[in-house]
Amino acid sequence: MTTFGPKGLSVPQMAWRAAQDIPDGSYVNLGIGMPELVADHVPTGREIVFHSENGVLGAGPIAGPDEEDEELINAGKKMVTLVPGAALFHHADSFAMIRGGHIDVCVLGAFQVGTNGDLANWSTGGSDAIPAIGGAMDLVAGVKRVVVLTKHVTKTGERKLVETCTYPLTGQSVVSRIYSDLAVIDVTDGGFVAVEILEGLSIEDLASLTGGPLRPAPGIVSLAPPNL
Amino acid sequence: MINKVSPDLASAVSAVQDGSVVMIGGFGDAGSPTELIHAVVDRGVSDLTVISNNAGNGLVGLAALLNGGAVRKIICSYPRSSHSVVFEELYRAGRVELETVPQGTLAERIRAAGAGIGGFYTKTSAGTPVANGKEIRIIDGEEFVFEAPLKADVALVKAQTADRWGNLTFRLTARNFGPIMCMAAAHTIVQVRRIVPLGAIDPESVVTPGIFVDTVVQVAEPMSERTAVIQERAYP
Repeated sequence: MTTFGPKGLSVPQMAWRAAQDIPDGSYVNLGIGMPELVADHVPTGREIVFHSENGVLGAGPIAGPDEEDEELINAGKKMVTLVPGAALFHHADSFAMIRGGHIDVCVLGAFQVGTNGDLANWSTGGSDAIPAIGGAMDLVAGVKRVVVLTKHVTKTGERKLVETCTYPLTGQSVVSRIYSDLAVIDVTDGGFVAVEILEGLSIEDLASLTGGPLRPAPGIVSLAPPNL
Repeated sequence: MINKVSPDLASAVSAVQDGSVVMIGGFGDAGSPTELIHAVVDRGVSDLTVISNNAGNGLVGLAALLNGGAVRKIICSYPRSSHSVVFEELYRAGRVELETVPQGTLAERIRAAGAGIGGFYTKTSAGTPVANGKEIRIIDGEEFVFEAPLKADVALVKAQTADRWGNLTFRLTARNFGPIMCMAAAHTIVQVRRIVPLGAIDPESVVTPGIFVDTVVQVAEPMSERTAVIQERAYP
């Protein structure tokens, strides 16, 4: 398979970077897929409670072979564990937590993020695509801080950070920050602002892989994850 | 005397008729009332509208009901999965209608119906295609979308323990949509692993009070949909 652009962070490194920004004491929802890995990289000493929209606060690691229970799953339908202090509840309460602004952070995947923070992550709008929304629209509408974890461009080299989303929206002006394999980018009123950039990558190179205006933050630093 | 316990699955699901709107609990396979669904398959009804979070996996449970041609329309939040083969085939062939609803909106529409609420406004889906054609209201400067309640003729739910009054406890994340679907259907049918005497469930531990439940039937050892999908087992 051809890969496009510079060799960026590994997926665990991307998850590690996103995890560093989650404050101690946060209630956090992780989207299905890559965002789930964020839970593996919470810095030591921080107590973070993971919410799963199918009715769990205090979701723990993926269940080991001796712990598996088909009635204890996460939103990605993987069998998980509970941490001490966990709580279980029904779906309406679970989404009251989400819509009611009680969840501090959610980390989601993206098909596209617009310069204004619009997010498209549920449908590519194709005529034979089966529309599947899940909890994403509720999460972006209600969670206090919505961040995106995504490769900077698609496998075929298309930009995912775009001037204007062309896919159907999940929510309008909802994304605060993007963690990609090449940079950490804030969504601001003035467009995309790179706050951290992959070592050895120029802001011009990053801009060429980004749709819409991109500028460096005044204090831009190198994106320096551990080997993961 | 109140006794909601049904002697067998076939009598338990006799309320399901041609054209019924049927809520089916479960999030993926967790909480799927598989044996109740199979009993509905056996009834040979048609033209059902199904309300469920997902659209079935493999060839058992909801997928078996779809495969038998009993379902005209499905209202769900996430019909796609690695094993949702039956639904995808029917959908692409135009043989089943799909209404996709954001998951929290689905849950709240169900809850609203059960609580006698005539709908609600939510920020969810504002500015997206899902809001097209719906009433928009600005509340505190933000755009909210009106969503109507969603009720059913019948709900099929899986719980852990019941008594003869229909008080229920659930197990782990198998709870999911169960409690709200019990509230929102004209006739709620629940399969449980255990039926216990009145008073055996601590009143403080009752999750769904029996007032929301019409029929209870014991399935002591429900099948594992996850295993059935892996083993490619089919119903019937």
